[in-house]
Amino acid sequence: MGSKALLSLRDLRLEHPRAGVLLDGVSLTLERGQILGVVGESGSGKSLTGLSVLGLHPAGRLTGTMMFDGQDLTHFTAREWQGFRGRRAAMIFQDPMSAFLPVRRIGAQIEEQIRLHLPLSRREARARVVSLLGRMGVPSPERTAERYPHELSGGLRQRAMIAMALSCDPELLIADEPTTALDVTVQAQILVLLREIGARDASVMLITHDMGVVAQSCTHVAVLYAGVVIESGPVEAILKTPLHPYTQALLRAIPPLSGPRPDRLPVIEGAPPAPNARPSGCVFAPRCASVEARCQMRPVFRSRGNHQVACVLYA
Amino acid sequence: MKGFLSRLGQMLLVLFGISVLVFAVFFATPGSDPSARIAGRGASPEVVARVRHAYGFDRALPVRYLTMMDHLFISRNLTSYVNHGQNVVEEVFDAAPVTLSLVAFAAIFWVAGALVFGLLGAAWQGSLLDRLISILALVGLSMPVFWLGEMVNLVSQSRFHETWLFRWVPPLGYVPFTTDPVSWAKGLILPAMTLSVAFIGLYSRVLRTDLLTAMQDDSLRTARAKGAGPWRLWFAHALRLSGLSALSLFGLDFAQLLGGGALLTEVVFALPGVGHLTYQGLSTLDLPLIMATVLYAAFFVVIANALIDGLYRLLDPRIGRGSHGQ
Repeated sequence: MGSKALLSLRDLRLEHPRAGVLLDGVSLTLERGQILGVVGESGSGKSLTGLSVLGLHPAGRLTGTMMFDGQDLTHFTAREWQGFRGRRAAMIFQDPMSAFLPVRRIGAQIEEQIRLHLPLSRREARARVVSLLGRMGVPSPERTAERYPHELSGGLRQRAMIAMALSCDPELLIADEPTTALDVTVQAQILVLLREIGARDASVMLITHDMGVVAQSCTHVAVLYAGVVIESGPVEAILKTPLHPYTQALLRAIPPLSGPRPDRLPVIEGAPPAPNARPSGCVFAPRCASVEARCQMRPVFRSRGNHQVACVLYA
Repeated sequence: MKGFLSRLGQMLLVLFGISVLVFAVFFATPGSDPSARIAGRGASPEVVARVRHAYGFDRALPVRYLTMMDHLFISRNLTSYVNHGQNVVEEVFDAAPVTLSLVAFAAIFWVAGALVFGLLGAAWQGSLLDRLISILALVGLSMPVFWLGEMVNLVSQSRFHETWLFRWVPPLGYVPFTTDPVSWAKGLILPAMTLSVAFIGLYSRVLRTDLLTAMQDDSLRTARAKGAGPWRLWFAHALRLSGLSALSLFGLDFAQLLGGGALLTEVVFALPGVGHLTYQGLSTLDLPLIMATVLYAAFFVVIANALIDGLYRLLDPRIGRGSHGQ
């Protein structure tokens, strides 16, 4: 909101000819300097939202608007996308092993991105690679740049991936489950690194299914359910006073850290609707405890305090 | 170094196995008594016996095997049973450059053709062009090479020889490179093209599929996210990833052709290559000649495999360096 918004998605929909409606109204805003957590379960469309921002979503009918710093990304041509990807917005992926080309050295792959976007000589690009790797906390960056992806540990690979994403000083960094494929101690290090980046280098969109990750590293959060953003706002507000019944149920399902351990955690009955069988009303209505007649209509996504929520309870 | 030695050991083992097999098959096949054939039709038993003794066929099999290997590899004076006095080692070495030239030419055509058609088919997947290429590939694959060769000869040597298109085509046969490089190249272009047609068909299909698989790879998604354009995606990323399986296939086919697999092409175009020689040896059941050509072929297959393995290691760093790293 306001003029500071770097990225603002309004009612983004993606319809795939075979799979059905993959995104069904994604609205979110990312301001400069924020770390926005995009949370949701598998199939809720969180990765797809990230890919759409880079124009890498699967073929299908995309409607709605994606404003990035005043430009509408939905009208980009192939050439404009090429200049945009990696330069103004970059992405890091879940599994840094498969995300790198296995047959080329790490340094060469980072160099490739730099030389695609910046008018640097090979030597200058290499110097930049080494300093980037160093900044990402990679030990002996010169030597690591000469390594192949399979020769590095998972944590180092992810650091190299982040170095590559930041190599052209993008304004937006989209991190698609960057810690899921890593072990716990490395996860924590990578999250610290992402937090630093969010504070210093670029705005971050952190896609995750882990509320713990959100609580640790994000400033804001958007909750996705079945291709719809149902609630968004600052992290503390959402965690303390979730408004949407889905967010409430989700947070209730986290085991308490103190006190007696419950025998069973509360669960949300049922399963999310498949993309080709989404309800026309509120997408959560079939599983919602406080469902009522008004839920037959799709609730509007509106502000309430510092939250935004799509639920008839707050209309 | 250790790898090289074990390779060498493997190679010797393979060559030994093949030579024993060929030798055993030759002498253990009923009705294939070489002395009777060498003595000629209707020779008296005394003559046959004399021939048998003269050629040493009355000695024990292992002794005969060792003698033959000695003549083949050490004294290198193994002579044909059919054309008396003809040194088969020399014959094979004379024929080898012909086959090598033909196959090298063909490999250029087939790699270039496979790259062009494979990339076109993959980049325009499902289009009319893609379907046209796949039909052409099928036609190329299923056309017998000897028939195609005869057709090429018919068109280029007699029917349309006087037109501007085929005036340059020299008469059938082989001119050594050292005699005249231009005639050498001219004489090989059409045979090599003929030989490569089926391979272009096969390899363009394989490459197209591999490229499309590579395009689905996570690393190609990363390349897109980096801002790589379509040319870079296809050539620097997809081709680099998918070239590996085509390469191992190429190594096998190339070696097989060098070892005499181009027999039909050589016969049709009257090129005195190794295939031609094998054909000759087989039709007269001339054991020394067969032995020499078969071992020569095996040698090339083993060598080519070793080379391809080395190249593979170079292109895919994940192979053979498993000991360090993680």
